Amino acid sequence: MKRKLSLVLVIAMVLSLALTGCGNQPQAPAAPAAPEEIKIGSVFPVTGAIATFGQSSLNGTQLAFEEINNAGGVLGGRKLVLINEDNQSKTEETATAFQKLITQDEVSAILGSVASSHSLAGAPIAQAAGIPMLSPTSTNPRVTEVGDFIFRACFIDPFQGQVMAKFALETLGVTTAAMLVEQDSDYSKGLAEYFRKAFEAGGGTIVAEEGYKSTDTDFSTILTRVKATNPAVVFVPAYYGTVGPILRQAQAAEIDAVFLGGDGWDSDKLFELAGDAANGGFFSNHYSPDAGTPEVDAFLAAYQAKFNAVPDALAALAYDAAYMLAQAIEEAGSVEGAAIRDALAAISFTGVSGTVVFDENRNPVKSAVIIEIRDGKQVYKATVNP
Amino acid sequence: MTITQQILQQLINGISLGSVYALMALGYTMVYGIIKLINFAHGEVFMIGAFVGFFSITKLDMGFFPAMFTAMIFCAILGILMERLAYKPLRNAHRVAALMTAVGLSMLFQNLALAHSWIGASAKGFPQVFPLQRFQLMENVSISSDRILTLAVAIFLMIALQFIVHKTIMGKAMRAVSLDKDAARLMGINVDKTISFTFALGSSLAAAAGVLFALNYGIVVYQMGLLPGLKAFVAAVLGGIGIIPGAMVGGLLLGVTESAVSAAGGSMFRDAVAFAALIIMLLVKPTGLFGKNVREKV
Amino acid sequence: MAKRFSAILQLVLLLAVGYAIQMAMDAEIINRYYAHVMTVMAIFVVGAVSLNLINGICGQFSLGHAGFMAVGAYTAAIITKNPDLILPAIFTGNVRFILATLLGGMMAALVGFLVGLPSLRLRGDYLAIVTLGFGEIIRILLLNWDFVGGASGYFGLARHTNFFAAFLLSIITITIIRNFIQSSHGRACISIREDEIAAETMGVPTTRYKVIAFVIASFFAGTAGSMMAHLTQMVTPASFTFILSIELLLMVVLGGLGSISGSIGAAIFLTYAAEALRAFRAYRMILYSLLLIFIMLFRPKGLLGNQELSLSLLRESFKNLRARWRRKKKDGITAAAE
Repeated sequence: MKRKLSLVLVIAMVLSLALTGCGNQPQAPAAPAAPEEIKIGSVFPVTGAIATFGQSSLNGTQLAFEEINNAGGVLGGRKLVLINEDNQSKTEETATAFQKLITQDEVSAILGSVASSHSLAGAPIAQAAGIPMLSPTSTNPRVTEVGDFIFRACFIDPFQGQVMAKFALETLGVTTAAMLVEQDSDYSKGLAEYFRKAFEAGGGTIVAEEGYKSTDTDFSTILTRVKATNPAVVFVPAYYGTVGPILRQAQAAEIDAVFLGGDGWDSDKLFELAGDAANGGFFSNHYSPDAGTPEVDAFLAAYQAKFNAVPDALAALAYDAAYMLAQAIEEAGSVEGAAIRDALAAISFTGVSGTVVFDENRNPVKSAVIIEIRDGKQVYKATVNP
Repeated sequence: MTITQQILQQLINGISLGSVYALMALGYTMVYGIIKLINFAHGEVFMIGAFVGFFSITKLDMGFFPAMFTAMIFCAILGILMERLAYKPLRNAHRVAALMTAVGLSMLFQNLALAHSWIGASAKGFPQVFPLQRFQLMENVSISSDRILTLAVAIFLMIALQFIVHKTIMGKAMRAVSLDKDAARLMGINVDKTISFTFALGSSLAAAAGVLFALNYGIVVYQMGLLPGLKAFVAAVLGGIGIIPGAMVGGLLLGVTESAVSAAGGSMFRDAVAFAALIIMLLVKPTGLFGKNVREKV
Repeated sequence: MAKRFSAILQLVLLLAVGYAIQMAMDAEIINRYYAHVMTVMAIFVVGAVSLNLINGICGQFSLGHAGFMAVGAYTAAIITKNPDLILPAIFTGNVRFILATLLGGMMAALVGFLVGLPSLRLRGDYLAIVTLGFGEIIRILLLNWDFVGGASGYFGLARHTNFFAAFLLSIITITIIRNFIQSSHGRACISIREDEIAAETMGVPTTRYKVIAFVIASFFAGTAGSMMAHLTQMVTPASFTFILSIELLLMVVLGGLGSISGSIGAAIFLTYAAEALRAFRAYRMILYSLLLIFIMLFRPKGLLGNQELSLSLLRESFKNLRARWRRKKKDGITAAAE
């Protein structure tokens, strides 16, 4: 009996070897990049909870690559080729995506990911492999702390939290605030923490802090709890997929407060989910299409022509990140990981979303804009400099 | 807001949630009563009903009630198909086999919805069909028009169900088959037809629950049926599985309990409440609040 | 005596094969991607075989196996990530990992005991929902426990798992569970599966054996969880949902409830399928669900039923097929003659 079982095991293992050997041909290591090409990986979620973010980021990157390639490419005519892995807005999938891009596709650098939780999952993999990673939009400070190969193209949450706290205290003139924090998002937890610090330092009081999961649908009980504390503003630092229903249910619950948020609000899906409950809210963001600078106008025209839509901040940041990477490769003179890293660290870049110079933690020092939601549209309100 | 006002408001929140659970629990309890099967796919019927309602309103420009009616009919047919194709062949098989098929069906529907180009992975916003109105019950305690509608429809459907079960021939047949299938057959009752009817009824109630849920909370998403489905099952067990008034009470009870836990600050644990309640109930009184003790015959 | 000697020889041979494969992986003859997939296969073998002990051998219906894997994974992760927690700091590196895995398994076994004791008095459907419930409760508790990162999870675990480690674990699991099945304890479990009331009447302490099976199964699930965590280098509550329990269930059902070799084969096959279908991710779960439904409708016994893969089984099925084919030919000839 034992004999037969071990036979089974050996057969099974050998079989699995054979299966993986012949069956996985499509997964075999991809052909090395042709000399005229440079392979760049990206991990943008085109499906799932933050799909519009991923799609915008992908659009922005693709537009940038197209423009760069049409203008002659980098390093003497080499074309940039983008390989995107959809992590389905999931953290576990992000790690696999990074692995695949590095081991199977052998990319020279990775753009991504979008959400801080996802970037945190992918960064250790990129760092260990010595592949430079440039996240266009992850704002949680822990992302770049993973290692010296990890960069970002946007400001970080300590600054963003401060922006909205100051807006509440000074522009809106309020002293009480409540917070609704999405517990399975590092972005949400981090941003809430920084808002609290800045708000309390400025003399305000956080009267309530409620937690919820991204899969929750019924927010009425926590909204009632918030209402009971009578806050003047409610800070909801989460992604549009949950902010939308929260705003709508808050309106039904008759909460008489101004709703504030962060860059996670930046999606036109927010209006579909929240309806007119979104009106009267404010959120901090990385750029506004109404900025009026020549770079922004050129970008708007190009994006409109290619995708027939107004680009949001994610598209803008991804566009900038792609250009930054190209510039770094050019300045480094090679596609070698360490060289790109050094070039990025020393870069000075001006783009659609502002000027980027990295500090010692590979975070850019950039301004933020405050957007007001009026009549179902985003309206530029103010710029806040660091 | 005083404590009393808070409690009252949370109670209203709980009852709204509970009425949705109650409608779904009715489907579970009826199906279990008649063929002793936990229809795992019931939560997905809820989800499909919500989407049918959603598309009826957004793509076919229907009003709310016609849309809900369409969803109910659609899911009734779906329920009959489910029963005929997947459950009937296993009627005499091991109960575990039928349960696993139900689990398979549940996963199938969820993933079909996920893969469908109209649906996909991201949530869609259910339109605010009725202009939002709020009714003040007292200071700081209000109930929105959507909530009142949900309660009214739920109560109406439950009364209608009671009427069907107790005052119609079909209802009598249902009760007979759940009592003793073979004896009912001997009495000339078409057992297959009765079972199909039960499924149709239960599924249409789930569809109604789905549409009402979507109206109240504003979201339709492919996985919206999984957790409410499980909780509705718990509600059915709480009230006594197989007993219709038990499902209604169980649903309301669960809704209120879940909201109470959330209201007390345990919002992150609200999903665990249902399971904890189930476990406690099964250990203390497995036949549920309204259940009678039935000895298992060898 | 000779039998035992040959059995040990077999084991040593197996281990040698495993070690050889590992060396091939280290030398990159087998590339990293395949190595990863084969390691995952071995881990799922442990998961499927342990679940089979509850569902197949004992005839109970547990839908909460993912919860036990989570407990094992998190316990081991806590130990390896905090050099002086639970285990003194002298233990480091791979030794610490092995001990952590063991402790993870034991923790999972403890939870299995706590879950099993009240639940296993329930029958079929209820047990399924209650185990599902426990699995979810465990996951929700972990979701809210900030010490292990709450919803964000634990990152940056060292990569202790390699193919040989997982392979070794699966060999140990299979050996122990198979020995259990062939002992009087195993026979007691099978009697519970066949007819619980009759078994109880014959004096078999049914609840006790059900709990024992549960505890053993949870132990191995816990160790599998720890292996998985140190392969992917992270643990999040989202990795251990109800879906994972269903995937393990599918492996057990496909292979045959009660067949260890069936579970092994199914685990390997389904892991391979998951990788091969990576491009068609959306359709993969649809296929899985259809597979589960079709198996329950047309072949509820699974591929091997409750028998083990053996040469005599293969011979017998060949004979059956040939007999059936011959009969069909004969009918065809007689029909043509008429």
